[in-house]
Amino acid sequence: MLTVKQLTAFYGDFQALFGIDFTLEHGECVAIIGANGAGKSTLLKTICGQIRVPADAIAFEGRPIGSTSTDRITEMGIAMVPEGRRLFASLTVEENLLSGRFSKRTGKWNLDTVYQLFPDLLERRHHLATQLSGGQQQMVAIGRALMSNPKLLICDEISLGLAPIVVKGIYAALPGIMADGLSVILVEQDVDMAQRMSNRLYCLMHGKVALEGVSEQLTRQQISAAYFGV
Amino acid sequence: MQELFNAILQGALSGGVYALFALGLSLTYGVMRLVNIAHGDFIALAAYIAVSIVANTGINPLWALPAVVVLMFVIGYLLQRYLLNQTLGSDILPPLLVTFGMSIILQNGLLEFYSADAQSLQAGPLTTASFSLTQDISIGALPLLIFSVAVMTTLAVSLLFKKTPLGLALRATSDDFDTAQLVGIKHFHVYAVAMGIAFAVMAIGGVFMGMRSSFAPDVGPSLLIFSFEAVVIGGMGSLWGTFAGAILLGVAQGLGYMIGPGWGVLTGHLVFLLVLLFKPEGLFSRGHK
Repeated sequence: MLTVKQLTAFYGDFQALFGIDFTLEHGECVAIIGANGAGKSTLLKTICGQIRVPADAIAFEGRPIGSTSTDRITEMGIAMVPEGRRLFASLTVEENLLSGRFSKRTGKWNLDTVYQLFPDLLERRHHLATQLSGGQQQMVAIGRALMSNPKLLICDEISLGLAPIVVKGIYAALPGIMADGLSVILVEQDVDMAQRMSNRLYCLMHGKVALEGVSEQLTRQQISAAYFGV
Repeated sequence: MQELFNAILQGALSGGVYALFALGLSLTYGVMRLVNIAHGDFIALAAYIAVSIVANTGINPLWALPAVVVLMFVIGYLLQRYLLNQTLGSDILPPLLVTFGMSIILQNGLLEFYSADAQSLQAGPLTTASFSLTQDISIGALPLLIFSVAVMTTLAVSLLFKKTPLGLALRATSDDFDTAQLVGIKHFHVYAVAMGIAFAVMAIGGVFMGMRSSFAPDVGPSLLIFSFEAVVIGGMGSLWGTFAGAILLGVAQGLGYMIGPGWGVLTGHLVFLLVLLFKPEGLFSRGHK
């Protein structure tokens, strides 16, 4: 459903991606790992339109989206849980969730189903989102993305800065989220978690794909070699 | 004592029109961090549009108001959508320069079209009607009407912000505009609507200004100053803070006029400077951004 072909991306004169090929099938969970500066976040930014690239470099359900604006891409069904959560600071938990509805997509996800998925949020729904614990804030960020009823959910480092037990709790919700065919891209620092949760895995290094394969078939040695370039 | 009370009361009422001026500035700054240097000139434009409508139809300016409001909304929307949106970015200078240029164009355009003669909007008996509170204190019907409209407008805009999907989009975009796009908010449209609303409120202020006093094409910059002062006194980004700031500015001017006719505007400026000196975040700031 998502095809990235020979993608290059730049920040001004600085080239961040060098010919990335990436595919994602319907209902699949693909993990992207790599050291800091490997190009993970840049790749995500090009997919959701925050960095414009040639239109044909990225196709979503057969349609070129490389040069489409972010809000249009969201309307087409790609939702992003951004790195660092990026909740709206002056909005309550519920208002943050409701902001996910601006893409005007309908489906399974609404306030009720999000509160069922993350019951912790229900009693705190009138608090400012920034008053919640880090784990709960991450739930709001995921809930907000789900509220747009996406076909593809992109999670950028959702374990960042959270205690391992909290991370486990959040990832426990993932199978339920994917139950009806939602595709997921996970960008993770936690390589074990990434390998365990995903069907396939890409490892980026210096803006190139260093390793690609079925997650459960990849060995620890292969991954470390690709990750550290040794 | 009675005289003092009267000065405060009349000052507070005259602050109503400042609230209508300042609300638009507070709104555009709050949502898109944009300071419109031509703010006062667009208020003047609204008053002149009313002059034209009244001259061509002979109706009371109060009935021309809805048409001016709609027209100004459209002007504000288009201006933001097709011009000011292109100037927004990490650099704060382009929008200042562009609106400064518009200010010059507007003043000269108004001068060319309407001449330098002072104009006013004749609202008939409303202008002179008043109620007596005590033997020595009476309230003019027009200032009271303006004050009430200012309260209702502030209430309406703050309800719009708090209770509607549009308000949610405005607040979300104000918080974090990158993420706003990520959830599917069309921020350029949202900015344009915000400017449209600001212009609609400025239209109300402009028409009432014309009904209270005469005005000329060069009135804009002083209206901009009053709007700025109200916003800064009240605290950036808070609509009711701006309202309170405007009333306080009115009271300060009212007390100044007690001293002498030249003092009103000066005491207003002094209060503004004192706030800037001792509480630069504003008296009613929510302490958020």
